Amino acid sequence: MALMAGTLHVVEYNVLVFRRIWRGSIAVSFFTPLFFLAAMGVGLGGLVNRSSGGVNGVPYLDFLAPGLIAAACVQTAAIEAMYPILARIMWDKTYEAALATPVTISDLIRGEVVWITIRMFIVAAMFWLVMYLFGVGHSLASLLAIPASILTGLAFATPIIAFTATRRNDNGFAAINRFVIIPLYLLGGTFFPIAKLPLALQVLAWATPLAHGVALARGVVLGNVSASDAALHAAVPLAYFAAGLIIARALLMKRLAK
Amino acid sequence: MSVLTRRTAPLRVPTRSIHMVERNVMAYRHNWIIILSGFFEPVLYLLGIGFGLGSLVPAVSTGGGHTVSYAMFVAPALMATSAMNGAVYESTSNFFYKLRYAKTFEAVIQTPVGVEDAAMGEVIWAVIRGCLYSIGFVVIMEALGLIASPWGGVLSVLAALLIGFAFAALGTAITTFMRQWQDHEIIQLALQPMFLFSATFFPITIYPPLLQAFVAITPLYRSIHLIRGLTTGQVDASLLVDVLYLVLLGLVGVVVASLRLRRRLLK
Repeated sequence: MALMAGTLHVVEYNVLVFRRIWRGSIAVSFFTPLFFLAAMGVGLGGLVNRSSGGVNGVPYLDFLAPGLIAAACVQTAAIEAMYPILARIMWDKTYEAALATPVTISDLIRGEVVWITIRMFIVAAMFWLVMYLFGVGHSLASLLAIPASILTGLAFATPIIAFTATRRNDNGFAAINRFVIIPLYLLGGTFFPIAKLPLALQVLAWATPLAHGVALARGVVLGNVSASDAALHAAVPLAYFAAGLIIARALLMKRLAK
Repeated sequence: MSVLTRRTAPLRVPTRSIHMVERNVMAYRHNWIIILSGFFEPVLYLLGIGFGLGSLVPAVSTGGGHTVSYAMFVAPALMATSAMNGAVYESTSNFFYKLRYAKTFEAVIQTPVGVEDAAMGEVIWAVIRGCLYSIGFVVIMEALGLIASPWGGVLSVLAALLIGFAFAALGTAITTFMRQWQDHEIIQLALQPMFLFSATFFPITIYPPLLQAFVAITPLYRSIHLIRGLTTGQVDASLLVDVLYLVLLGLVGVVVASLRLRRRLLK
């Protein structure tokens, strides 16, 4: 229990900050999926269904919605792992203050990871609800899209925290966004099957945790993923998460230890 | 001239805006990489949505019995959106920072440069920045064979300038009403549905008539309509409506921004 106490303090800190802004944040978590599923799923999906009868044998909305949950978690994780963390390292020096108490650097990382998980849970749960309202994923198993999407986000959270731990200013964040997050979002299997990409890009896409996370979320919602495929699609994001965690811890130690 | 008469005098024609523009060019000299990377995003959207997703979508009807490939349909919409986004970002977030924190304009108006010049100069700068992106995007479109005629390409850059002007003026005017950073979320909440529903990714003919009429009076829809007409070569008189709409929007924005800026700065 003593092991957990420090971690919980870091989570509590985040909750207290979030209390001031949660209304706007919840509204955005609801309206964003609503707008996206209406425009891309129903509007654009209508064009897709009329020509090719959907994608991989399902209507386009059903293909798109689960993958978008995973992608939304990745975006949430990326934002939370960049500016707020750097602010606490060097601008506000919150970590310096926390480390003057019994809270350890491991507590800081565990606490931030738990907090990002909570943030992603809110995003994924709202998204799942909107998806349900659109008539997709009416099975108990489709709820598994929520943990699958959170896992996908975690695969980005810890490597990005590691990156943030090396930063002296926020210039690199725009680059991560433009050259990693957005390309993966647009080309990584969310909007159209990876098989439509040129072969070299297909190989690259399957090396990223997003492609596997999207495939896993889609598989559990559509109920067409085999157990062995599901295990593989979960293992890749998990590996990114674990490696990121170890590296982030080492880099934060180096940065914060005096 | 006393402060009171300066606050109530009629607005001057902003002949000294060039100094405000020069200030921004100097301020950005070391940050050009930020400006350059902004070009990357619409191109990715073009590849991902236009071609990737477009491979699942058949030719799209653009009215009057015309159909175009999906990439050709989406590309002009992305160009208009990118002109809008660039202008809005520059005229809201960056302008707000200068107004509220850097106090740039307090310093500016101590010189012969007036509030009218400052407001117009900010708009011109946002337009110049948007223009660079538009030219880059048109070159990519041309290379991918998404423009019907070379004239369409040239005119679409001019149209993007007009779109940038209208949205920069609108953004500047709105920003003068802002009190805090959280107000920017409201702008995002307006921009996102405009981006998704203004005939960007599918024709508005799928909506019921009343909704079609509503979308047709929004500024991004008019912008996309204008550029799409030019790049697909379907030019008719309705494009003049778009031009008139955007010119009026821009002029109203500049006047409101100047009046508000004067109230705020000349205390």
